[in-house]
Amino acid sequence: MAELSGLRFSESHEWVRQEGDTATIGISEYAQSQLGDVIYLEFPSVGQKLKVGDRFGVVESVKAASDLYSPVAGEVAAVNDALKEHPELLNNDPYGKGWILKLRGVSPNPKLLDQDAYNALVEGPGH
Amino acid sequence: MTQPVATVERTPLFEEHLRLGAQMTNFGGWSMPLQYSSIREEHQAVRSAAGLFDLSHMGEIEVSGTDAVAQLERLLTNEVATLKPGRARYALLCNEQGGILDDLLVYNLSPGYLLVVNAGNQDKDFEWVAAHTPAGTARNMGRQTALIGVQGPRAPALVQRLADRDLKDVKYYAFVDRRVAGVPCRVSRTGYTGEDGFELFCQPSEAVRLWQRLLDAGGEVGLKPAGLGARDTLRLEAGMRLYGNDLDEQTNPLEAGLDWAVKLDKDFIGRDAIGRVAQQGLPRVTVGLRMRDRSIPRHGYRVLDEGRPVGTVSSGNVSFTLGYNIALAFVPPARSQVGTSLAVDVRGAAAPADVVALPFYRRPHP
Repeated sequence: MAELSGLRFSESHEWVRQEGDTATIGISEYAQSQLGDVIYLEFPSVGQKLKVGDRFGVVESVKAASDLYSPVAGEVAAVNDALKEHPELLNNDPYGKGWILKLRGVSPNPKLLDQDAYNALVEGPGH
Repeated sequence: MTQPVATVERTPLFEEHLRLGAQMTNFGGWSMPLQYSSIREEHQAVRSAAGLFDLSHMGEIEVSGTDAVAQLERLLTNEVATLKPGRARYALLCNEQGGILDDLLVYNLSPGYLLVVNAGNQDKDFEWVAAHTPAGTARNMGRQTALIGVQGPRAPALVQRLADRDLKDVKYYAFVDRRVAGVPCRVSRTGYTGEDGFELFCQPSEAVRLWQRLLDAGGEVGLKPAGLGARDTLRLEAGMRLYGNDLDEQTNPLEAGLDWAVKLDKDFIGRDAIGRVAQQGLPRVTVGLRMRDRSIPRHGYRVLDEGRPVGTVSSGNVSFTLGYNIALAFVPPARSQVGTSLAVDVRGAAAPADVVALPFYRRPHP
């Protein structure tokens, strides 16, 4: 499993790893476990500009279609083409090979949660 | 998706599901396993080896009395008088308007009959049956009955290995009384997956022992516990209807494509309304759709014909076995021929789809 330190999480279960003004985005282990088997993703176009909270795609699992929201602002630099052929990577390695997109020109979002705060959110009452 | 477990009913196997790490969900008022490992793996286990299902949430209604045959003929769309002892048959329970109250299996217990009904409908069904039968002849046995499904190509041999006597004469839609793993069971060659297999009725107090013995003995042939997620993707491939998705009180059996289970030449509740619709022509019929791209059709999505909404998806999902996405949908009869090109409105985009024959999947060696 990929290194988790330095990840920040949104309350809608996306993670972001920011390095300089670029960022990699995916969904959390908790999110993939709740979605179940992922079978298809809809991606944004490279070059699309996203604001915090913008819907950037859809993940379809056997159970349901779920929207994906950008945890930071930036411009789409790349999408993970491997997920088009192997959507199960999102289940098997959500923090590594299951990344979804990379953004450039990213401004940090101070409202994101660190790992402890995120774990408290998903392990809290009601889960 | 899930509701607090305390407010919903539990089957005798609830603790077993938790022990196996199941994700639980509220289904028809019952806390049931949605999946144990992965819906895909559980689905594939049933198609290639065997799956073990807790079906104890299903309802059971026993009907006894000297006039039970006549009363059930009046309640059910399919024939009961011709159902031999030891045999089961699919039928529908309809209201006077011809709307489907439930779909079920009727078993000839000789003496008496057993109706196996959907979990979420069992109390509604019982009230309906009790209102149309003499006092005391219908009994609501759903909560006094456990039911375990063993489905898949390896399932018959597995159940046979644990049974006290031969099962090879138990044909499809037949049942016998046997001990399985020492537990007295009604062993029924029925299922909701499109595979061969058995459904085992037993006392709730014996369910855990039977479940554990089947799991232990099944390990070496690749049996896996399978949840409601896999049950849904399996039944959809087999073209089997799901009450609440494909069938409801606003749908009549002919629209649902279940005319083979409707005998309009006998008198039953709803017959006149269904007969009228048949004469006037159906406004919509059920078809199978095969998606051309990877979009997934879901319950309630609109079906489009050259951009115009003409129908509705009633069930849809990925078909793990076939490798494409499929749906059951209501469309006008004029657009129902196999090969017709339609589309499904998937989040505002028209995803192309073709009408295909049902069932989507048929097991290789029936």
